[in-house]
Amino acid sequence: MSRNPYVREEGLRWIFRHPRYLRYMTREFSCLFIGGWTLMMVWGLKQLAEGPAAWTAFLEFLKSPASVVFHVVALAFAAYHSYTWFNLTPQALPLQIGEEFVPGAAIAGAHFAVWAVLSIAILHFAGAF
Amino acid sequence: MGERTVELEVLRYNPETDQEPRFQRYSVTCREEWVVLDALNHVKETIDPTLSYRWSCHMAVCGSCGMMVNGEPKLACKAFIRNYEGVIRVEPLAHFPVERDLVTVVDDFMAKLKRVKPYLIPKQEKPVSEGEYRQTPAELKRFKQYTMCINCMLCYAACPEYGLIPKFIGPAAISLAHRYNQDSRDGGRAERQEEIASTEGVWECSFTGACSEVCPEHVDPAAALQQVKIRSTLDWYTEHLMPWLEK
Amino acid sequence: METVKADVAIIGAGGAGLRAAIALAQADPELSIALISKVYPMRSHTCAAEGGAAGVIKSDDSLEHHFNDTVGGGDWLSDQDAVDYFIREAPKELIQLEHWGCPWSREGNGSVAVRPFGGMKKQRTWFAADKSGFHILHTLFQTSLQFASIQRFDEYYATELLVDEGRCAGLAAIEMRSGQMRRFDARAVIIAGGGAGRMFPFTTNGAIKTGDGMALAYRAGVALKDMEFVQYHPTGLPSTGTLLTEACRGEGGVLLNKNGRRFLQDYGMGPETPLGKPVLKTMELGPRDRVSQAFWHEQKKGNAVPTQWGDAMLLDMRHLGEKTINERLPLVRDMSISYMGVDPVTDPVPVRPVVHYMMGGIHTDINAATSLPGLYAAGECACVSINGANRLGSNSLTELLVFGRRAALSAMEYLHSGAAARGDTTLTALGTAAQGRVRELMQRTGGTETVAGLRKEMMQTMEEHAGIYRTGEGLAAACAKLVDLRRRYGGIELHDKTNVYNTDLLQALELGSMLDCAEAVTQSALARKESRGAHQRIDFADRDDKNFLRHSLAVYHPTQAPRVDYCDVVITRSQPGVRDYSGEHA
Repeated sequence: MSRNPYVREEGLRWIFRHPRYLRYMTREFSCLFIGGWTLMMVWGLKQLAEGPAAWTAFLEFLKSPASVVFHVVALAFAAYHSYTWFNLTPQALPLQIGEEFVPGAAIAGAHFAVWAVLSIAILHFAGAF
Repeated sequence: MGERTVELEVLRYNPETDQEPRFQRYSVTCREEWVVLDALNHVKETIDPTLSYRWSCHMAVCGSCGMMVNGEPKLACKAFIRNYEGVIRVEPLAHFPVERDLVTVVDDFMAKLKRVKPYLIPKQEKPVSEGEYRQTPAELKRFKQYTMCINCMLCYAACPEYGLIPKFIGPAAISLAHRYNQDSRDGGRAERQEEIASTEGVWECSFTGACSEVCPEHVDPAAALQQVKIRSTLDWYTEHLMPWLEK
Repeated sequence: METVKADVAIIGAGGAGLRAAIALAQADPELSIALISKVYPMRSHTCAAEGGAAGVIKSDDSLEHHFNDTVGGGDWLSDQDAVDYFIREAPKELIQLEHWGCPWSREGNGSVAVRPFGGMKKQRTWFAADKSGFHILHTLFQTSLQFASIQRFDEYYATELLVDEGRCAGLAAIEMRSGQMRRFDARAVIIAGGGAGRMFPFTTNGAIKTGDGMALAYRAGVALKDMEFVQYHPTGLPSTGTLLTEACRGEGGVLLNKNGRRFLQDYGMGPETPLGKPVLKTMELGPRDRVSQAFWHEQKKGNAVPTQWGDAMLLDMRHLGEKTINERLPLVRDMSISYMGVDPVTDPVPVRPVVHYMMGGIHTDINAATSLPGLYAAGECACVSINGANRLGSNSLTELLVFGRRAALSAMEYLHSGAAARGDTTLTALGTAAQGRVRELMQRTGGTETVAGLRKEMMQTMEEHAGIYRTGEGLAAACAKLVDLRRRYGGIELHDKTNVYNTDLLQALELGSMLDCAEAVTQSALARKESRGAHQRIDFADRDDKNFLRHSLAVYHPTQAPRVDYCDVVITRSQPGVRDYSGEHA
């Protein structure tokens, strides 16, 4: 037989084939920071359980430059993740009323609105304003 | 007079003479309304009759002419020359083995299409003599967009999961299963879930969304897959936590 | 040579082929079915049909109406017993398709919707938006996947039928991907290979419509019937030739010349109907042959709209509104914008008549049987004839279903009547000979001709002499030219002599099919000294029922032009009358 189908190898070059793949990987990469922040919070709880001295040390650590940088970056990634996530909700949760589908913007918009309201509420209860 | 000379760089591969693919450049004078397919036809007719590729309808409905044009999965009959500058690189659709030149081996896709049971499994049998099943325009709209798939496989070429994990059933096949699941006349969802709500099915999908971006028919396969995931999750909860709900 | 044994082999996996396969699989799960196609089934040209499929279903319609519309539309060349069968089976087939999941467009109450179509007195065209053929094809293909007895051979090109002792015993085919030939031993063969519009340069037809199915039967001694009747669809895009469905006019679109006049009223299809309120069977809803011919006359008068791709007329759909266009004609809008840069919502679209369909084809009887025992044919490649001298839009999609199934039933009856498989030695010899013929073409050296060169000459000849209006002189010139091209075909040398997916070879074989079919077209046209339906002679402008109310039968000869015989048309209750598409008809 003269057939010899050729399989093209790609490796990791696919990430750079088109901006959409870079955006996707950025979104996925955010999980490292969100995961890291979660671990830090768990550690913070542990410090709280160990008494005032441990807790104060933890609060001091939070104010350190390294920690501030980490939190800013993590917040940016988390916000990007939420932004992409809410924009995808119309695809996962289509809503048909009568014959027509509710426009995607309305579904995503509703999610953003709830996010904004909850964020403001939490900031208020946390004493930000 | 609306003509432009374009350089095409086309992947060539003939297993009888080549160990691996190579590129061949063709200089083509194109009319301004031409698509890449017109340029390829011109090459085959006047420059190099040995170039092999698939095509038929030239109106984006048969799904034959899927190719990579400058690294993007496109239908060659809908890739307008006017939208490209410089050298246009034409390659076979990504993530499929290359049979010859721009012709890919699509056996994997055809097998997956069959696996998902893409045919109506009626909720209720009804003889033809009793006429059609009633289906309101709203019920039709519920699944209509998922019927539009022309099986061009651009979504498979765009999907990084399929590229990395070839056993993934993939966007088009799962969307087709979803099409039947959403059809008011159909009662076969449980049967199809076994295939598609599996590791090789939707759970391999990480919602990159590239499939929906490249789909020439706006089927939105990514949407179909996420909806199947949600449904599958609800199935799991129903089955394990509320078994009394199962009939 | 590898051999596949099957009870029934089906060549072509479009609407007719798939319908036949499903019918066989359902009727007898024990039958082994080989479904052979040179393309994957989803690529079959059925997918490009847009408008819909006709079948009587609404209470204001009747089978008699459908009968009369079809027979009159065919200019009385249709076999009326076949039309009777066709119209009666039509609604059942369309409902069956719905039961298989076809997404027909619906009325508000959930029943199937129908739309107006050319040449039809009542609305009876079932549709799935403006992608009806696409949905029908995919419904059939997906339905076929549930039958284990249907074994598919995708991308196999059938090169010849194997005929033993006057019976069809199978076929030889090239497996495209490997270049290897396969022999298919089958006790019955159904050809559903489609039409041959690609013999013309300007056509709605896709690349694959090269008349291979017709040529297979033709070369095996089966006559090609009524080949001179080639349908021009009035509204193709001037740039690509691709189709804008008749449904554009069914929904209310109108045709204008360069002066903005709805010129059809000047050609017996008036009076002018109100804009957006089409009246069935007149004006823009006249039959395709009359509308295309009207354009030709307008062009001669200098009233056509000049475009960079030649003369055109304007299809104006602006008054339909964006909502209707998006709902019922979305593909039309997409194509106009993509390929012409014109949005039908805001501007009229330039269109022109293009070759679309072949009324003629493999001569079959009312049961889809050919004169060769064991061989059946259905779909565009066949000529029963239900379409006569001119086909009404939306009859052909239904025809695929009705006669696809009919061919399957006939094949099954033939098998049950005791048709035995042929001897292995004979078939081996036939297969080897078939292989030899392909090898000769592949290995030929010192050739003087190219596939592309001969093909272009053939297309130019057909365009110039076998178009909408023909003359005896032109047709004679075309016949002579085609004889010459067929001779020169023997001098083709391939550039590509390798085995794997050789499309140079494929196109050479397809050209051979087209040349044979083209000869049948021109020879039959030359012999028919009258004008009827889609065959219009400037030198014989009238219909001549006395001499030509008969079917032409072109009979193949390996080295000479075909001879043309005739056979009678079956006339039962509709005597030839006047085709009246003016507003005055009852």
